[in-house]
Amino acid sequence: MSAISVSHLYKVFGRRPERGVTALQQGRSRAEIKEELGLTAAVVDVDFEIEPGEIFVVMGLSGSGKSTLIRMVNGLLTPTDGDVTLGDVNVTRAKGEELRRVRREKVSMVFQHFALLPHRTVGENAAYALEVQGVNRADRHRKAEEALEMVDLGGWGGYRPDELSGGMRQRVGLARALAAGSDILLMDEAFSALDPLIRRGMQDQLVDLQNRLDKTILFITHDLNEAMRLGDRIAMMRDGRIEQIGTAQEILNDPVNNYVASFVQDVDRSRVLTAADVLESPPAVIGRDSGPLAAQKLMREGQMRWLVVQGRDRRLVGMVEEGAVAQAVSERSESLPIIGPDQLAVAAPDTLLADMYTSASQNQGPVVVLDEQERVLGTVPLVTLLAAGGNPEVEPPAEDSPTTDGGGDTDPHEIYRPAQSETEEAR
Amino acid sequence: MNEESFPRIEIGEWASQVLDWLTDNAEAVFDALSAAMGWVIQLLVDILLAPPVLVMILIFALIAWFVRSWQLALGTLVSFALIASMRQWENAMLTLALVLVATIVAVGIAVPIGIAAARNDRVSAVVKPLLDFMQTMPAFVYLIPAIIFFSVGVVPGLFATVIFALPPGVRFTELGIRQVDSETVEAGQAFGATPRQILRGIQIPLATPTIMAGVNQVIMLALSMAVIAGFVGADGLGKEVVASIASLNIPQGVEAGLGVVVLAIFLDRLTGALGDPGRYPHSLYRLVRDRFASS
Repeated sequence: MSAISVSHLYKVFGRRPERGVTALQQGRSRAEIKEELGLTAAVVDVDFEIEPGEIFVVMGLSGSGKSTLIRMVNGLLTPTDGDVTLGDVNVTRAKGEELRRVRREKVSMVFQHFALLPHRTVGENAAYALEVQGVNRADRHRKAEEALEMVDLGGWGGYRPDELSGGMRQRVGLARALAAGSDILLMDEAFSALDPLIRRGMQDQLVDLQNRLDKTILFITHDLNEAMRLGDRIAMMRDGRIEQIGTAQEILNDPVNNYVASFVQDVDRSRVLTAADVLESPPAVIGRDSGPLAAQKLMREGQMRWLVVQGRDRRLVGMVEEGAVAQAVSERSESLPIIGPDQLAVAAPDTLLADMYTSASQNQGPVVVLDEQERVLGTVPLVTLLAAGGNPEVEPPAEDSPTTDGGGDTDPHEIYRPAQSETEEAR
Repeated sequence: MNEESFPRIEIGEWASQVLDWLTDNAEAVFDALSAAMGWVIQLLVDILLAPPVLVMILIFALIAWFVRSWQLALGTLVSFALIASMRQWENAMLTLALVLVATIVAVGIAVPIGIAAARNDRVSAVVKPLLDFMQTMPAFVYLIPAIIFFSVGVVPGLFATVIFALPPGVRFTELGIRQVDSETVEAGQAFGATPRQILRGIQIPLATPTIMAGVNQVIMLALSMAVIAGFVGADGLGKEVVASIASLNIPQGVEAGLGVVVLAIFLDRLTGALGDPGRYPHSLYRLVRDRFASS
């Protein structure tokens, strides 16, 4: 059973909002409804399921309806139409005490501007949810202190929120939500009010906590980099509708429309894409027993400067470079001038591009991607690495770009070639 | 077309009839109220006048230091001594008693109404014009029903004072609660707090500075009305002023007037500090608290 299930959810603001839902269902646009009925459709026909333990990010610009959406999940706003279900409880139908019980037991929330109580200490703030639940003083003190320690604020319980920095205050907000002990965490632009550096730290901390606690997290943001860093899956929201739901890779490599595509073009791909996403496969290979002449012929035909040398079991033996091969031919050498694996940059399929720069710059040739049995999956040319990190404004995918090359003068368009089909074959 | 061509609508006559009906039918209520209020004010006056004047002055100074600063304490010492030197001490204490009781009654009525208005737009829509009416009606007009209900003395003065001083208490309470950051209130809701828990744990504490600003206004209005209450026989500085007008007694008028000014400044600075204790780090309260916190 999914932890959060949202089906055909609508929220329309204005007088007699049901009219808006009917009109939208009949295919009228949001603008027409505003014009003709004077209604504002904030959320239109939203549908998704979040599995337990998942971080699900809803990403959209201001006015896209994402804050309205998250407020319907815990019933702070009542949907105009559709249903929200948390586990086995239908939030939309719950009222009064029943709704309050859901909020006390099942779902907690972290707010953009922290929403701490300034007249209470940090410890009392962290214990707020427990106080509402009616937990006795000793227990709630202990649990609040535990939660504060989880967010690295152990010992700060006696201070007041206005004595803390922004990042620390939001960690108190997070501790308050964690202390509540609920399985679902709603985070409404939780890190948006923080400085970029502190935001990065908070993201890391959230991922870290999630690995330990295994909550279900619905995270709202307008920052795509944040969405890509945190989200197991991302929903791209625009004008109240969800345009696309998918993993970061799916959205980056396969945007459903121009809107999503224009959005993702500014993303720091090197922190999202892995070696498997961009590797060139099958690589240009040569057997270890071949001679320099065979290598030179292959290189000329394929316009390549590097060749992967592998054994019969497809394990990496090393690489050969154009210049060295030419010299070996002129010296009439019998064996290949192999550069061994210890002088090559090597990566696993799930290595982030950002983590490949250092070893790529310290070693020769393209990065070789190996599977767990050290078999060669493919290569990532240096130019691909550089283009992914440094030059985000690249044109859309070119279907017919050249596919095999050990490095050298690769067309920069090539890195956006959807490589999945071939990658799968290689696996 | 002159005035006579419009039909005469006897609003004044109707108001008078309503008041007559009230005096006829609710006399027992008014008598009881009159007795209770009269007793409370007299009790407070007795307490204020019981100790020697110097002791009372020192107590006021100490309160000033506790709540705000030693500077205010010093000012209180000097200015209250001046009241005694002008031989207005008893009158000042009578007025102070009237103001304090009127303030407590007015705040006791105003804050719940303000909370109701903040939480319900319909209540707010009904209350607003009523408050406008109460504030713009000339203050002297309240004295007429006050005399009819309670005859002359301090109680009609109290009645008129409460009505006159009430509106800012309601307005500031409503404003304060509506101003509380909506995300903070949402936080309360999101963790499953009941409306009552949100009101007591979030809205009222966060609205306190604004509500205290309202209380400050209530006190100031009560003081100005307490002077007017001298017209209906409420003893105190107001009666002195009224008497000095009647006899064109300049010295008496100046001294009673100065007494009012001293009380006004003292009460204003005191309640101003009550609403925002954080701004006065040298108050006795903060010094004591910090010492306990550090030891």
